Amino acid sequence: MLSKRIIPCLDVRDGKLTKGIKFKGNIDIGDPVEAAREYYEQGADEIVFYDITASSDARNIMLDVVRRVAETIFIPFSVGGGIRSVEDMRAVILAGAEKISVNSEAVKNPALIEEGAKAFGNQCVVLGMDVKKVAIRPEIPSGYEIVIHGGRIFTGRDALQWAKEGESRGAGEICLNSIDADGTQEGYEIELTRLVSSQVRIPVIASGGAGKPEHLLDVLNEGQADAALIASIVHYRTHTIQDLKTYLTGHGVKVRMQW
Amino acid sequence: MIGIIDYKAGNLTSVARALHYLGVPCEVTDNPEILDSCDRIIFPGVGAAGEAMINLRSKGLDQRLRDWVASGKPTLGICLGTQVIFERSEENDAVCLGIVPGSVQRFPGDLKDRGGRFLKIPHMGWNQVEFPRAHPVFKDLPSGAEFYFVHSYYPAPADERWGIGWTDYGLRFCAAIAHENLVAVQFHPEKSGAPGLQILANFCRWGGQDAQ
Repeated sequence: MLSKRIIPCLDVRDGKLTKGIKFKGNIDIGDPVEAAREYYEQGADEIVFYDITASSDARNIMLDVVRRVAETIFIPFSVGGGIRSVEDMRAVILAGAEKISVNSEAVKNPALIEEGAKAFGNQCVVLGMDVKKVAIRPEIPSGYEIVIHGGRIFTGRDALQWAKEGESRGAGEICLNSIDADGTQEGYEIELTRLVSSQVRIPVIASGGAGKPEHLLDVLNEGQADAALIASIVHYRTHTIQDLKTYLTGHGVKVRMQW
Repeated sequence: MIGIIDYKAGNLTSVARALHYLGVPCEVTDNPEILDSCDRIIFPGVGAAGEAMINLRSKGLDQRLRDWVASGKPTLGICLGTQVIFERSEENDAVCLGIVPGSVQRFPGDLKDRGGRFLKIPHMGWNQVEFPRAHPVFKDLPSGAEFYFVHSYYPAPADERWGIGWTDYGLRFCAAIAHENLVAVQFHPEKSGAPGLQILANFCRWGGQDAQ
């Protein structure tokens, strides 16, 4: 039986680890390669890197981080942020990442999903979605709208429809981030997660809101998520990944306990 | 020296990185002469079976692979490399190398877990592999070890005795194959943490005999 995955997310800016709270007031908390090694040793099932650097020369700093991570850990990891073309994807994959995550760029240019899937296989392309709860209206029947650029721009796209479109365009996985829950440490958006996960046939990683072990339990059970993304809960040393997995195992969730 | 066959099937550097970490010399190449001179072969890859076969044939690597396996050279298939050594694959309805009798089949769309929920395809993530009998390449693994999978098609050997590792994902499928000097795994040992590295290290020391 497949295990549920626990995936720490590392935001990287100019080659350094940061953690944004609601996308504001980022603070540097360390070296991403060292953080990746620590989480690998704690039993992380995968690692997600978001490059929140804007300038193009800093992209080479990120590729260097990716190369050093690939020499250090032997579990899958993905890289997202600022990937605009198949060439950007290729550079990250050749540097050693398994998967590339596309988010705002895919909303602006949905063909990017197909192009990436065709060039590298569906399993390489993760569709990252930032979602905000809104009033239900004709173009947003689910009541969840896709937002881009860190939540600043509303797109008029329905989250559930976009998830299905991403799947049909060839995304191999969805990373579903609730902007409302992100950084609150008050729990995942269970309703959103269940809605999307039950209506697509590709794995869904729930993101945003993990503050306590119970939150992971809820999103993996009630939310039907295939994986849970975590950040502050481990970055600030409140818990180790091993603690979280021991808790989940004790509550009947199948997670990987041997590493 | 270990030869890693480069046939344009995804990123092959992760296997090379894992071998570097283990201190084992290796070369990623599509050059048949260099591969000929290697004492072991790793045949990795991700992607689609049909395209993989086209690339292998265009470089004459299809016949070379059959020859290397027949000659007794220890050979390890990984993921797509494992699928392509079968007779055929449902993916692109591809005729494959025919080294292992049997076929590669797609997970049925209506596969359900024990709770009655539809299972996601691809089978992506960590799952246990049960090894009912001992084998030098699969020794010294912690009990309950899990490995990283990502695939939508699974190997179905015609003779179950070729199977050495079995995994449950709505159905029981063959996750590892062993026959004489050939071993092949559907999961990614290079991405499966310490147990995966153990398998690679075992393969690098293995003489190619199935017996204990």
